[in-house]
Amino acid sequence: MSVPLGAYLVLSAALFTMGVTGVLVRRNALVVFMSIELMLNSVNLSFIAFARQLGRIEGQVSVFFVMVIAAVEVVVGLAIIIAIFRARDTVDVDDVDLLRG
Amino acid sequence: MGNALPVLIIVAPLAGWLFNGFVGSRLPRRLVGVIGSGTVAVSFLLALAAVRRPEVAGGGWTVTLYSWIAAGGTAVPFSLLLDRLSAVMVLVVSGVGFLIHVYSMGYMAGDPAYSRYFAYLNLFMASMLLLVLGGSLLTLFVGWELVGLCSYLLIGFWFVRPAAATAGRKAFVVNRIGDAAFLVGMIALALEAGTLEFGGVIAAVPDLAPAAATAITLLLFAGATGKSAQLPLYTWLPDAMEGPTPVSALIHAATMVTAGVYMVARLYPLFAQAGGTLTVVAVVGALTALFAATIALVQWDLKRVLAYSTISQLGYMFVGLGVFAPEAGMFHLTTQAFFKALLFLAAGSVMHAMGGIIDMRRLGGLIRPLRWTALGFILGALAMTGFPFFSGYFSKELILERAYEHGRGGLLLLVWIAGLATSFVTAVYITRAAMLTFAPPPADRPHDVHPHDAPPSMAWPMAVLAVLSVFGGVLGARSAGAPLLGWLRAFFGLEAHDTGPPALLTGLTVAVGLLGIALGSLAYRGRRDVGLGAVGVFFERHWGLQPFYDHVITGGARALGTALAEVVEVRVIDGAVNGLAALAGHAGGALRRVQTGYVRHYAAAILGGTVLLLAYWLLR
Repeated sequence: MSVPLGAYLVLSAALFTMGVTGVLVRRNALVVFMSIELMLNSVNLSFIAFARQLGRIEGQVSVFFVMVIAAVEVVVGLAIIIAIFRARDTVDVDDVDLLRG
Repeated sequence: MGNALPVLIIVAPLAGWLFNGFVGSRLPRRLVGVIGSGTVAVSFLLALAAVRRPEVAGGGWTVTLYSWIAAGGTAVPFSLLLDRLSAVMVLVVSGVGFLIHVYSMGYMAGDPAYSRYFAYLNLFMASMLLLVLGGSLLTLFVGWELVGLCSYLLIGFWFVRPAAATAGRKAFVVNRIGDAAFLVGMIALALEAGTLEFGGVIAAVPDLAPAAATAITLLLFAGATGKSAQLPLYTWLPDAMEGPTPVSALIHAATMVTAGVYMVARLYPLFAQAGGTLTVVAVVGALTALFAATIALVQWDLKRVLAYSTISQLGYMFVGLGVFAPEAGMFHLTTQAFFKALLFLAAGSVMHAMGGIIDMRRLGGLIRPLRWTALGFILGALAMTGFPFFSGYFSKELILERAYEHGRGGLLLLVWIAGLATSFVTAVYITRAAMLTFAPPPADRPHDVHPHDAPPSMAWPMAVLAVLSVFGGVLGARSAGAPLLGWLRAFFGLEAHDTGPPALLTGLTVAVGLLGIALGSLAYRGRRDVGLGAVGVFFERHWGLQPFYDHVITGGARALGTALAEVVEVRVIDGAVNGLAALAGHAGGALRRVQTGYVRHYAAAILGGTVLLLAYWLLR
């Protein structure tokens, strides 16, 4: 038996929505970060699902790119979070509002 | 080489200007003066050589230097034109100019800015010669503006004196009014005639509509009223007497102020084509002549008397032009250059002797210490009053004769009557000036002033000018064949009036002058103050024009300026600028609330934007 495409897409959308919600409502920078990863991987899931369904390779290639970029982003993002923590002793994103107009 | 001659006439004083202007201050004064005068002498000699060329007496000698403006179908070459008319002007300008340069060497001997003075004077000579020799109206205009600049520089030569600086500015501003009209007229002429070269303009005259010709000539004449100090733009000339006296003699009596007369004579066929303009010229000239003469009657400053007298004599020249006798106007221009320069130089000699005193109430009895100066002044005065067989007699008499012929039986006879009245007033005021200055009793003279007659460098130019003032009339005397008038008539295409005036007319003109002299000598004999009562006050107030100018024109301009500065500037211009700044400030203040600094708000904004875009894309 095979899982229909629609199920993958529903799961992908659900994961993406969770990621967005996490980014918007959580205050801990690390959790926000994890939510971003969730969004990226939900997109990866739909890429894979479409690639499989259509029998084409481009979707899988894109996923590799996304994974590489995500890995790089994690490095940079964690470095920023550590720098913020060192400077302000907190990882609460609501405390980081220097750019308020 | 031959073609370079007219160019060199201009270049010589120009070189003197550069030399004296740049290195003159480091050189001995004697050298500066010799170079200043020498370059003008070179101009005069070159002019003498140039006017002998056959082309000059023929159609005119045009020297095209280069193509100045070439735009589309319009081409304005930079050209010089030496013909019968400009030949007369070049000789008068460079000749009288040379004499006044020599005089200046003595007069300005003690001035710290000696080289600057000669640099300006040489620049003026070059500009004036360019004005006179210009082959197109545009070239003439360049010279016209340059002499205006030199006039400004020289009136304000002693610029540390506020009166001199103000007078210079006034001359500049008042001339600007006339020049603006001149410029408009010139542009209109270029559009109508298609060219500004004198030859082309004259050739195009028959095709011009009379209305267009009238408008153009009236505008050009408005420019002439500014430069030649006629009503209503005469006010700057009396104030211009703040400059050194030789400057008054050269620029504000003999040469620059006659530029307006020259310009009208230059475009005479155009003015003749325009219906009413020449009548306007004649009426303005006659009115100015009488007006300025009456004001001269009540002045106490000797130089101001001569300034108003210059305005008055320029009026005569315009009368000559206006009654279809341009050769008479040009003749009077020439003789006036002689005798008015002489009068001014004599006045300068008085100032020189008296340590700068020029108020006639403090002069008097100077005939004894200043014998030669007094003689020069009296000869010049006699020439101006038209005393028989002096130079002014021939030229003024000719103008009045032609004015009479032109106006006989019509309303324009008033021009002649005004001219005759002016002749009388002229005789009275110049006699008054001579009596107050030279005749006893001496005024209470300051004890530290010891009048002495002029040094040779000042005396010789006066002597030459005195000879010219006395005998210059032969240029236009019928018994001598009137060489100058014949020369000019050929230029204007007029036939000679060989019949001569009716004896009664000449007699009347002479009698009026003699009557004026007699009255002046009797009235001011042994007396210093002759009250003219209400009439004198009327004259002093410039026939009521002075209050009008002071309150309406100057006051109006001042009020307008204040209004602009305090209302328009502050409210409108500053208001617009400040308003824009305030708008940007308020807009920024409102929009800064959007910039919360919270990452999640930005993320939400991105999300919302994406959703909206997707919705639009899906639903459209």
